[in-house]
Order: sequence, then C-alpha cells, then structure tokens
Amino acid sequence: MSGAGRGRGSVTFIGMPRSFRENAAEAMQDAQLGRNLRKATHTIRGKRARVVEELPDWAELREAGRAVKDHTLRHLDRYLLQLEEAVTRAGGHVHWAADADEANRIVTELVRATGESDVVKVKSMVTQEIGLNEHLAAHGITAYETDLAELIVQLGDDWPSHILVPAIHRNRTEIREIFRDRMAAWGRPAPEGLSDEPAALAEAARLHLRERFLSSKVAISGANFMIAETGTMVVVESEGNGRMCLTLPETLISVVGIEKVLPTWRDLEVFLQLLPRSSTGERMNPYTSMWTGATEGQRFHLVLLDNGRTGVLADEVGRQALRCIRCSACLNVCPVYERAGGHAYGSVYPGPIGAILTPQLRGMGSELDNSLPYASSLCGACLEVCPVAIDIPEVLVELRARARHPRSERMAMRAAGWLLADQARLSRAQRLAVRLRRLIPRRLPGPASAWTDTRDLPEIPEESFRDWWERS
Amino acid sequence: MRVALFVTCVNDTLFPGTGRATVSLLRRLGCEVDFPAAQTCCGQMHVNTGYRDEGVRLARRFTEVFRDYDAVVAPSGSCAAMVREQYPRLAAGEGGGFAEAVAEVAPKVHELSEFLIDVLGVTDVGASFPHRVTYHPTCHSLRGLRLGDRPLTLLGNVRGLELLPLPGAEECCGFGGTFSVKNPEVSAAMCAAKVDNVLDCGAEVLCAADNSCLMHVGGMLGRRKTGVRIMHLAEILARTEAT
Repeated sequence: MSGAGRGRGSVTFIGMPRSFRENAAEAMQDAQLGRNLRKATHTIRGKRARVVEELPDWAELREAGRAVKDHTLRHLDRYLLQLEEAVTRAGGHVHWAADADEANRIVTELVRATGESDVVKVKSMVTQEIGLNEHLAAHGITAYETDLAELIVQLGDDWPSHILVPAIHRNRTEIREIFRDRMAAWGRPAPEGLSDEPAALAEAARLHLRERFLSSKVAISGANFMIAETGTMVVVESEGNGRMCLTLPETLISVVGIEKVLPTWRDLEVFLQLLPRSSTGERMNPYTSMWTGATEGQRFHLVLLDNGRTGVLADEVGRQALRCIRCSACLNVCPVYERAGGHAYGSVYPGPIGAILTPQLRGMGSELDNSLPYASSLCGACLEVCPVAIDIPEVLVELRARARHPRSERMAMRAAGWLLADQARLSRAQRLAVRLRRLIPRRLPGPASAWTDTRDLPEIPEESFRDWWERS
Repeated sequence: MRVALFVTCVNDTLFPGTGRATVSLLRRLGCEVDFPAAQTCCGQMHVNTGYRDEGVRLARRFTEVFRDYDAVVAPSGSCAAMVREQYPRLAAGEGGGFAEAVAEVAPKVHELSEFLIDVLGVTDVGASFPHRVTYHPTCHSLRGLRLGDRPLTLLGNVRGLELLPLPGAEECCGFGGTFSVKNPEVSAAMCAAKVDNVLDCGAEVLCAADNSCLMHVGGMLGRRKTGVRIMHLAEILARTEAT
C-alpha cells in the first residue's frame, strides 16, 4: 500500500551512535520544541498532582501496586502458564517469543495467513520496541497507527518522544501541516482549508481513521494488563480508537511483554486507580477495553514477548523496572526530559524510566546506551511520582557502576579517591590550592570548560576549614 | 551535648565559612563541638558517578571516624542523605563488619536543621539577619532526607529576615554532582531556570542547606552579575545582632 516502508520508526533508534549528551544538546537548539515540551509536561504534571493529592489512601494504593507487581514477578513462570491455559481455554492462541525477531516473525506469519496486506494498530509501546511496523513493511504489509498521536508521528515520518503523548514535541500548527501534507499518502486526505483548532484537527483524524477501521480485517495491539486467572486482556486508552481496532476486525493479534501479567481481577482494581491518575491526571480512564479469548467468527492471538525481560528479572536491583505500568509520570516531572526531549534517549522508552529500562533491555554496548544512566541529576522527582515506587535513582546509580567510564574520568576519580583516603593528603592538596588561588583562571580549558562556560568557579578560600580548626 | 561535626569535603575545602558558622551556632546553643580530623569525604561523588569501590572505601572510613560519637551534624543535606540512605544499600553486598558499622552510625547522622529541631528542640536560634532571603530546598534535602519545612521554620524565626517564596522551588538546580559536567547543556539550562526564579522573587540572598547546589546556582548568579549572594543556612542562623 501507499504508506508501506515510509515510517522511520523506532527500529532506527537502535545503534544510534551519539551519546545522550550530544542528542540533548542538539534538541535544546530547537526553541519551539522546548516550549512545546515545557507547556505539555507542566500541564500534565499539575493535573496529576491535583488528582493524586485528593486521594487520602494514595500511599497505600502505591504500596499495593508495588507489592502486587513484585509478587507477580517473583512467580512469573507460574502466572504465565496459568494465563496461557486460560487464554487457550477461552478460544485464543498463545505464542511465545524470546526476542524481537521471533515476535516479528510470528506476527508477520499470522497476518500473512489472513491474506491481508493492511493492519490497523492500537497504540502499543512493545510493538515499537521490537520494530514491528518496519518488519511488516519489509514483508509487504502496511501497519496503520490509529492512536491520534501515533498517527501524527507516523504521518510526520517521525519518532515518538513520550510514552503517553508520542507527539508531545509537536504543537497544533505543526500537526496541521503534517495532516495537510501527508494524510493523502496514507488514505483519506485532510479536509480543504484545515485549521489548527484542536476540534478541526481531531475531526480530520476521525474521518481519516474511520475509513480505515471499517475496511481493516486485522488489528494489532499491545495490552496494559493480562489477568492470569481468566485469560483476560486489558487495554487502557483515551480515544476509543483502540476499541475500534479491538472489536471491528476479524483477527486480533496482541503482542505483550511478559511482565504485564497480573494474577487476579482483584489486582486489576489497584492499577485502574493508579494508572489514569498517574498518566493523564484523570480520576477514571475513558476507554478500558477487556476481552477474554475469541468470540464466534473472530480469531485472537496472544504473542508473549520476553526480549530481554528475563535478564532484567534476574537482576536484584534492576528488576524493579519491570514493575513499570508505562504511565509516564516520571517523564512529566523530569527536568532533564523536559529539556532534552524524548528523542535524545534513542529508544521508545524515554525519560527516567527509559534511562533504566533501555540499558537493561538492550545492554550498554552502544555509546548512547552507556550514557543513558547518566541522563539524570538524581533529583528523585521520578521516584516520588512513580505509582509503583520504582527507585529510579537507585537503579541509575547501579547501572553507572556497570557502565564503561572514560579513561580521563577514571584517572581523575582514582586520584580523588587516593587524595580523600587520607586526611594528610587532603590537607596538603587544600594548602596547595590556597597557594595557587590567585592563579586559577575564570574559564578553564578542556573538560572543565563544561562548567566554566556558563558558571563561575567558586573562589578558593584563604584557608580550609580544617586549618582554621587546628589554628583556633 | 557533645557532637561531632562532619563538615564535608566541599565545605572543608571551598566553604570553610559554613563550617565555622556551624561551629559557632552549635556552641551558642550549648553544644560541645568536636571535629574528628581524620574525616575526609562521604564518598557520594564516587558512588553516584559509578565508582562504587572507591566510594565504599570512603564510606568505610566515614563509619570508622564517626562510630564513637553520639551525634554527628552535617551542614549538607546531600551528604547526610548519602550516609543515611545510600550507605545501607552499599553495605548490603559488603563484608568486614561494614553493614554493622553503618547500622550503628547512619541513624546518628543529622543534617543541621534536623539536628536543631529534632534533637535540640530549638526553632528560634536567636539569629538576626535583616535581608530579603529566598530558600531553595535542594533535592536530597527535600526528597531524600525529607527535611520538609524545618529550614523554613528556622529562617522564619530569624530577626529582620524577610523570607520570599521561590517559584518552582522544588525543581532541581541541575547540579547533580558530575552531572553538571557530563551533561553540561541540560545542567546549565536547569540552572538558568533556577536563576530566573531567584531573580523573579526579588531576594538579595539565596539560601540552601547544601553548598554544592549553591555553588552551582551561585556560579551562574555570579556569571550573570546579578548581585544576588548565596549563603548556607548555617551562615544565616549563626548571625546575631552582635555580629
């Protein structure tokens, strides 16, 4: 179809050679992007804070969410088998995929078996993680994103930059241009004289997508939760477009990370409170779709994806990242994300959670992935808002200990360690600094210029505290 | 009461005035202050930059130096948080009695405002400082130690001090230790936002419980020739009408 092979998509992220610092510095050159991000993150941040504060038992809910996730992860093997049995009993088919390649292969074969070359997609992080759209395109199948923001990203030949709001980096004027210029290549064109009013933009997307929903025979989704005891899948979304995909087509294929399973229906209750308040700042989620197996005349396939997750699970400190319910509250409060934008993280998982998840899922081999654990000032705002209490700073520090360190930094740190290992050495160094205090220039060369380009150095005092103490 | 001062390596080397102010304040409030000369650094920079082994060596040293004291006071929220929050985690995988030493020492370490209010039970330290001051609640003080309004309570009781609310106070200044040189562009942008907020609120003095963050924001306040001074909480609380 016309759109095939067009999107750059997430797979292009992989192997991005530059470090987070370089990506962030470049993104910061774009003043419009900075304004878009600041406005969007601060708005959602404020909404979240208001609806969380109004709940007297938020701390208990959060603790319950953490405990349910930890329990499930500890017995993941058992719950996954229970889930498989329940889904199969309800008429669904379960497939196991060890990695992205296997999942892509399974989905492609399932679509081919239907004889269709177009599929509609529900907003899904995990299919972006594995680069499914690109894989399908390479096999002659066009995947149409139907989430409004994902549509903007797909039409704009762009990358998502936020978990919940993939087009957060775009404002409405940019969206109008994308719709006007690109919709026709993917289906129904934008109406003549399209304005940048939100209602007009939404209507254009509605008309464009409606045709697609009614003609598509195959849909692909992820899932927010899977209930082991009943085999029920849960998709939480705001637009209703997901529900269109989940109900209209004859074949539904859901690709879901293995960490999304919950033991029972009762557990879901906790997360249906935690998730909307944390993500969109709403008390209740607008469209919560649930289905169990397949109904008469329809087919349901569940592809359970590992893709590095069991490796993360084996890590005592890092495994808490698997508790994540993809609410993106950590992105919206992160001062680094706010400046750097989502693309700088080079992964479908940006922001603080991405900085701990991406290096664990795909390793720290590339310069970018090695630099992600350093994409934080360790201010702790992410931990404070996380609905499942993931201690992101703790994992960042742990990953930093495993990162490759630049040689010059290693030498400097070793020297500092030697100096601080003995008070006499420290004292001698302090006295030397005091003697040289008038010789230190305002702007330093080399790596130290990173500080002095924008900030003065503190003045070296006339004597150290310890010398004063000894003297007085 | 006999207390040990953990002055911190940053204060020792770059901000000795904060150490002197802490000593004078604690003495004024009737404490006997000791400065164990063997102290150097809590190891935070090493641990948080990914040099765990060096950090653990410094942490071990810290616990040995301060083990025999009843109370340890640090004029730094960040270093106190390092000892109380991160030491127990560091110790989890270590042998040689380190975990026991941490369990013994860590609970005795107090940030200055915690010590004044929670241990000494003082909210009015008898200070005088007739200036317009705003307070930046640094991240590790705010979200790590959860100092809450302790510093503001103390500042609120200083004679003549006009306390101005800082817009966006809870946002990080962008220092983050080595973050400020590893990601200098983002760090400087965060700092610039903090500086703008400080200028907006009309304060003459920016106060905090951490000199490392103050050094960062102060570095930009100075570069931009704003005339706003930085002062550690201890230095304001040490001022009296006589000084």
